Amino acid sequence: MKPRRISLYGLLIALAFVFSYIENMLTIPMWIPGIKLGLANVVVLAALYLLGGRCALFVSVVRVVLAGLSYGSVTMAIYSLAGCSLSFLIMVSLKQTGRFGMPGVSIAGGVAHNIGQIIVAAILLETTALTYYLPFLLVSGCVTGAAIGVAGAEIVKRAEGIVRSL
Amino acid sequence: MKRKNDLMLFGVILLAALLFWGYSLITRTEGSTVVVTVDGAEFGRYSLLMERETEIVTEYGTNTLVIAGGMATVTEADCPDGLCVSQRDIRYEGESIVCLPHKLVVTIEGGLSSEVDGVVK
Repeated sequence: MKPRRISLYGLLIALAFVFSYIENMLTIPMWIPGIKLGLANVVVLAALYLLGGRCALFVSVVRVVLAGLSYGSVTMAIYSLAGCSLSFLIMVSLKQTGRFGMPGVSIAGGVAHNIGQIIVAAILLETTALTYYLPFLLVSGCVTGAAIGVAGAEIVKRAEGIVRSL
Repeated sequence: MKRKNDLMLFGVILLAALLFWGYSLITRTEGSTVVVTVDGAEFGRYSLLMERETEIVTEYGTNTLVIAGGMATVTEADCPDGLCVSQRDIRYEGESIVCLPHKLVVTIEGGLSSEVDGVVK
């Protein structure tokens, strides 16, 4: 791997990590568990479009592990990891179809993230109680996903030239 | 074209959420029993009609469950995020309060409350 690439990866991971930290501070008390802005997903999304799937996956996984160890617990890291993996899979496949723009890909990712967490909760807690939250998590994943997607598209538009020149 | 698909995806998901929500509103029934499980195992069940305050002390931590006015809520917890405290009161069958760090689930069940009054393991 070229040194430039390595430093770029490091930069992206640091950025995603900082976003996780900000997100963690911003936790708004909600009566629905798991509603989040998903700020770090901006970095993953931008990486997916600028540098490809492998980079995005790398940033995503390292970010989750780092954030989980720093501000959460192992359990929380498992939840995020499940959410992120499903989200990543869905985003990559939707992008592959070429029929959706970044907001669409991001919306699907946000929703998939929430569904992934519900699935893990259902397995770990041996309960289907959380399906009750599904409609609210669908809406929140949709809205935050759209916002993140629009922001991501702007970033990609501006950063494309810079990344190419590296 | 892509923009249209994005909007359609947005609409479809919102519609699905709305349908789910509407369905749960129509089918919901008043519950009668509060069931507490920790790590998948039942911790206790309490009648929704009897006012009480219960400390749920487990190896993961402590949550305080309050049943009052036909509703159940978690008022205190020593978990790092405290999300269970901010979740709203529950009263309908199937509703739940979840504390992920403590692997705690408080669910409302239906059925006759007289059969299950204050049974604690």
